[in-house]
Amino acid sequence: MKLKTIIIGSALFVGAALTGVSAQAAEKIRFATEGAWAPFNYIDSAGKPQGFDVDIAHALCKQMKADCEVVTQDWDGLIPGLKVRKFDAIIASMSITPDREKVVDFTNKYYSGGLRFLGRTGEKFDLKNLDGKTIGAQRATLAAQYLEDHYTGKAKLKFYDNQDNVYLDLVSGRLDIVLSDELPTYNWLKTSGNGKKFDFKGAAFMKNDKIGIAVRKGDKLKDKLNEALKEILANGTYQKINAKYFPFSIY
Amino acid sequence: MDFSVIVEYFPRLLEGAWVSLQLVILSIVLGGALALPVALARISPVLWIRAVPFAYIFFFRGTPLLVQIFLVYYGASQFDAVRDSFLWPILREPFWCAIIAFTLNTSAYTAEIFRGAIQAIPQGEVEACKVVGMSKAQMYRRVLLPRAFGIVLPAYGNEIILMLKGSALASTITILDLTGMARTIIARTYTPMEIFLAAGVIYLAISIVIIAIFRQIEKRQNRYLGTVSIKVPNKG
Repeated sequence: MKLKTIIIGSALFVGAALTGVSAQAAEKIRFATEGAWAPFNYIDSAGKPQGFDVDIAHALCKQMKADCEVVTQDWDGLIPGLKVRKFDAIIASMSITPDREKVVDFTNKYYSGGLRFLGRTGEKFDLKNLDGKTIGAQRATLAAQYLEDHYTGKAKLKFYDNQDNVYLDLVSGRLDIVLSDELPTYNWLKTSGNGKKFDFKGAAFMKNDKIGIAVRKGDKLKDKLNEALKEILANGTYQKINAKYFPFSIY
Repeated sequence: MDFSVIVEYFPRLLEGAWVSLQLVILSIVLGGALALPVALARISPVLWIRAVPFAYIFFFRGTPLLVQIFLVYYGASQFDAVRDSFLWPILREPFWCAIIAFTLNTSAYTAEIFRGAIQAIPQGEVEACKVVGMSKAQMYRRVLLPRAFGIVLPAYGNEIILMLKGSALASTITILDLTGMARTIIARTYTPMEIFLAAGVIYLAISIVIIAIFRQIEKRQNRYLGTVSIKVPNKG
């Protein structure tokens, strides 16, 4: 009898606690970012997410007069996490691709990217023919898919959990060449102290790569975000954030 | 739930499972071979012989396997001295880095299991050996190690299953083991539920085989114990 009371009591308590959490989550917009894609999103020394994506998220929230929170989540858990409502939007430099559009909705682009190869300074590559070379990229990115589609069976492909590990293995010499987004790599070459030892190989391609904010399918949040995005582009807030990270427009 | 992706990608998952099996078998064999001398040194009455395996076991049991893998794979490659050494052809391969980390890790645990088993042998048996005039080497070869082997089996089977699950961490250093393969497939299909479920079932199947093998060996090795079940005497 007593045990039964305890069990029912704790079940009620847990239930109440859970509804409390979900009620709170409804008021707040939770943005998720990766935190390993400098300068777009990274974790600062105090453990807080920072970067272009995070600044844009805060600017959008200010524009929408909404209460927001930016959380971090490993890259390949972002879309699954969005689907199960761990957060409401992904602002993590995510390219708008037909594959992803099957599972999430995207806002209009908030910047444009492009892919570019990166290798050791002085080494020459025939980018059309990388047979036998070891190429690295981050798993579940546009770069990784491009490599799978164009080099499977010819080159040795290696996929990493985050971009920092890709750079580590390029520096260690395990990788001959890396395919990545041009803008973060531009930042890495400038800030990591490896700028002299490595440089871009060939021109950037897939320049029509549009980066958007992902929300759940059919979520009204998309229209609100699009509206706010239009406004911060018009009132100069976007340009101010852009100038903080790149001396040229990335829109 | 869309089960057609499981059917479509099942051959690739099996490919990954084969890599997982190679990782586990190789590191269990190497780790087991390394564990025996470590365990014997660990119970040595001489302090300085005992101290080294103690520190070794303390480190590898006290730190996460993930940290150990990262130290071997990303840590070692930071040093020019390592990259220029004759070891680099081995250390540059993620597969061998994983084998090194897994072997060191599992041998630390296994050494402790061996030590416990040797020390669990009743003192009377050791004394009996001495009475009939066996040398220390004879005593270990004829009595202590075969006895310890029987005692070790249940705990050792457990360690192998833990190793199987630990091997999923190999996916963090670009190895396409079962977990790595699953994650690569999910990157394209965005069906984490289905693919991870399928991967989980494969892990479960491998575990069942390991358990069955150990049941058989246990039955054989410990057959002098008679029936495994314990009979409760009838009261009154």
